[in-house]
Amino acid sequence: MELNIFVQHFINALSLGSLYGLVAVGYTMVYGILRLINFAHGDIFMLGAYFVYFATIVYKLNWGVGVVIAIILTTICGLLVDRIAYKPLREAPRISALISAIGVSFFIENFAVVVFTGMPRPVVQPPILMKPIEFSNGVRLIPLGILVPVVAFLLVGALLWLLYCTKPGLAMRAISFDIETTRMMGVSVNKIIALAFGLGSALAAVAGIMWALRYPRVEPFMGMTPGIKAFIAAVFGGIGSVPGAMIGGLILGFVEIMSVAFFPTLSGYKDAFAFLLLILILLFRPTGLLGEKLEDKI
Amino acid sequence: MDDRTMLKIEKLNVNYGAIQAVRDVSISINRGEIVTLIGANGAGKSSIIRAIMGLVKSHSEEMTFISPRDGKPVSIQGKPAEAHVKLGISLSPEGRRILPQLTVEENLTLGAYIRDDAKGISDDMEYVYSLFPRLKERRKQKGSTLSGGEQQMLAVGRALMSRPDLLMLDEPSLGLAPILVDEVFGIIREINAQGRTILLVEQNAFDVLEVGAVGLSGTGAELLNDPKVRAAYLGG
Repeated sequence: MELNIFVQHFINALSLGSLYGLVAVGYTMVYGILRLINFAHGDIFMLGAYFVYFATIVYKLNWGVGVVIAIILTTICGLLVDRIAYKPLREAPRISALISAIGVSFFIENFAVVVFTGMPRPVVQPPILMKPIEFSNGVRLIPLGILVPVVAFLLVGALLWLLYCTKPGLAMRAISFDIETTRMMGVSVNKIIALAFGLGSALAAVAGIMWALRYPRVEPFMGMTPGIKAFIAAVFGGIGSVPGAMIGGLILGFVEIMSVAFFPTLSGYKDAFAFLLLILILLFRPTGLLGEKLEDKI
Repeated sequence: MDDRTMLKIEKLNVNYGAIQAVRDVSISINRGEIVTLIGANGAGKSSIIRAIMGLVKSHSEEMTFISPRDGKPVSIQGKPAEAHVKLGISLSPEGRRILPQLTVEENLTLGAYIRDDAKGISDDMEYVYSLFPRLKERRKQKGSTLSGGEQQMLAVGRALMSRPDLLMLDEPSLGLAPILVDEVFGIIREINAQGRTILLVEQNAFDVLEVGAVGLSGTGAELLNDPKVRAAYLGG
């Protein structure tokens, strides 16, 4: 394979993988705290994409403003999902919240069909992100391909800083081990849970926005497949671990892009690789790459 | 109510479904005291302390905490645990409940979660390390790597980090070697001598007598007839 093509595949894999990673981080944070698989997370990602579409293309706001508005609105939606669908079930058996999550996911998807219609809508990419940069050795890169992983890594870095160097982060890590003891220390647990949902939703919004720019269109079910794959990435990396989710996302991105790049005949099976990885990790290392010890988890 | 009263509980009841764990228990604690609840396993001691902390649902005629900070009586019945910490009550729970993946230092920092005075927090951390020098040696180690005795010290130290006026200790001697029990009780006495009120829960009355702060004394028969002992041991 020529260097030029390989570099393009590499950047492509890096940016797809970091998008999976960004979404996976949201799954893993909520799971780590509540032992809940937030099935609506992929749909939150879809909302982020729609909000930026409406802000920039329908209401003609500039991209910077549109992105900020989309992140804020998506974060509010994520907080509402927690408030309406999960908070009343905190004391209920875990399976109830899980069923509620599936319900919320169906609701958001179908609500989006009603409100936005089921028609995919094209996203007009800002030209500055699409103008190829040519290097002397013939490698051509699109700025968007670089922007995506850079943004993703910065955000996950900021999240890790928050988790490991601030008080709310300490509380969040503590809650994931023992909610009652954390409460005894004076932590308002519901506020910290809301913070986790808010941060996860904001990251999903950013991922949804970048996804909409990459595959320039939005549609109500666009969150399903990336959502499932990001969930697999979170399990692969070790659910509950933020660095694990990012690593899992990157591995998934690389496996998907590189397998098709080296074996083009397999391109029809692209989506199967994620599930293959899931089966392998569950067989050989069920706790995931960086996972904690499994006890009674769903 | 005497003006030194810090905690006053009238007819506390705790139910777990159909099972009544605590029935009509009344407790009064004065500022500066060490009050000990003694009783056999399953007598409801932990339920009482957890009810005071707001960790289990309970009902009572009165559950009032009078903070020595402002002298105002506040009803703590039905309030969540996090509100208690802000009022000046803290708990070193049964089974230590150290956060296993957090370091000793992080466990202590979490204990000071409600406080914002960085200087005061680091002073208090030094104070805890002076009480338990072994924790200082292990401050960068994860909670899960500590021995049982060290975890107990950490649980007590962590409960001190919120600067409580009322420190509640649920079976701090549980699972400790006798020599460590003496050490822990010695430190509890020291904490008390520095002006903190302590509510202690213990199964082993002998250990408690060693602390030398039992409010009641008498022969077995006298104790059995004493309503307070009946409340603590026999559930009323």
